[in-house]
Amino acid sequence: MALRRLTVAFAICAAGTAWAQDNNSLSVEGEPLITEVAAPDHVENLDTLYSGWRFRSPETQYLQTDDFENPAMVFVDQARDLWEKVEGTENMACASCHADVAEFEGLRPTLPRVENGELVAMEDLVNECRTERMGAEPWKWSKGNMTAMTALIGLQSRGMPMSVAIDGEAAPFWEQGKDLYYTRVGQLDMSCSNCHENNYGVMIRADHLSQGQINGFPTYRLKNAKLNSIHGRFKGCMKNIRATPFAEGGPEFKALELYLASRGQGLAVETPSVRN
Amino acid sequence: MASGVKPRVKVPKKAAAGDTITIKTLISHKMESGQRKDDDGNIIPRSIIHRFTADFNGENVIDVAMEPAISTNPYFQFEAVVPETGEFTFTWYDDDGDVYEEKKSITVT
Repeated sequence: MALRRLTVAFAICAAGTAWAQDNNSLSVEGEPLITEVAAPDHVENLDTLYSGWRFRSPETQYLQTDDFENPAMVFVDQARDLWEKVEGTENMACASCHADVAEFEGLRPTLPRVENGELVAMEDLVNECRTERMGAEPWKWSKGNMTAMTALIGLQSRGMPMSVAIDGEAAPFWEQGKDLYYTRVGQLDMSCSNCHENNYGVMIRADHLSQGQINGFPTYRLKNAKLNSIHGRFKGCMKNIRATPFAEGGPEFKALELYLASRGQGLAVETPSVRN
Repeated sequence: MASGVKPRVKVPKKAAAGDTITIKTLISHKMESGQRKDDDGNIIPRSIIHRFTADFNGENVIDVAMEPAISTNPYFQFEAVVPETGEFTFTWYDDDGDVYEEKKSITVT
């Protein structure tokens, strides 16, 4: 109901502006992307999944439809330079092994995944390459060079539907993530679900709550004018509810990332998206 | 050369004679204002792009003077009338003396 009211509000806004964009259908550089899909069975309390793009104002939505307007593309370009940059004791760059970043098409929607009994995110894969093959210093989880690189790699899969594995080896991590999602923490005693499941589409102060989907990460946020990692965003949420955040790159956030990715099953990868 | 500077320009490839076209330009640049201090309290020297010009077949289209208050990665969008097939030249002038240039051709049909 709340969402229906929201879409009506969008329609009124759109009538007064000149955007060619229909506010319910996203196409980037002419390629249509799925922003709405029926919830899979394992998402028990939602009927339909909506990308965070659907909850933004027409001006913000527009920024994502054109790669020239999308401010995140500046960082993607920086990552293309980093891709070629030789570093570390082995005198290697990303490009020494991976000739073209396009070979990572299809990687983003399948992460995080289990490797050798451990849950790994894209940041882990990048740092594994840096430390084991390049002999270089690992990058910090949410620093500029890391988010730029994960944006470049994620961009190769733009438009593909999110599809993480949640059965078999991944099942215990998924359960851990689900527990975290529904556990109330912090001084405000809130869980993720309080906002993003029970109240999406409703105003929280001056902003609309989304479903907390992670299909557009790393995302460019207008509030801090840079790319933001998934774990960085989790940290922000936890601070907002006055909880002590878990460590970025730690087992809790990775489990939560897996669970959230599974809650977006079927939504198109929008990396790098533009949000408030 | 200041690090990480990369000009980007979007010009339509084709237009009809006399058409008004929209041109978008963006250059990644940190635009250090010269008013900030580092951790030790020393002033970080000013390093901005202070001038931007666009020319079409040698004729000036736009000439912009930029001041330190302009934020990072300056973006300009403007319109131009194209009378004939030709080439746009975009030039950015950096405080450190560097000049960044980008050219785009347009075909008028």
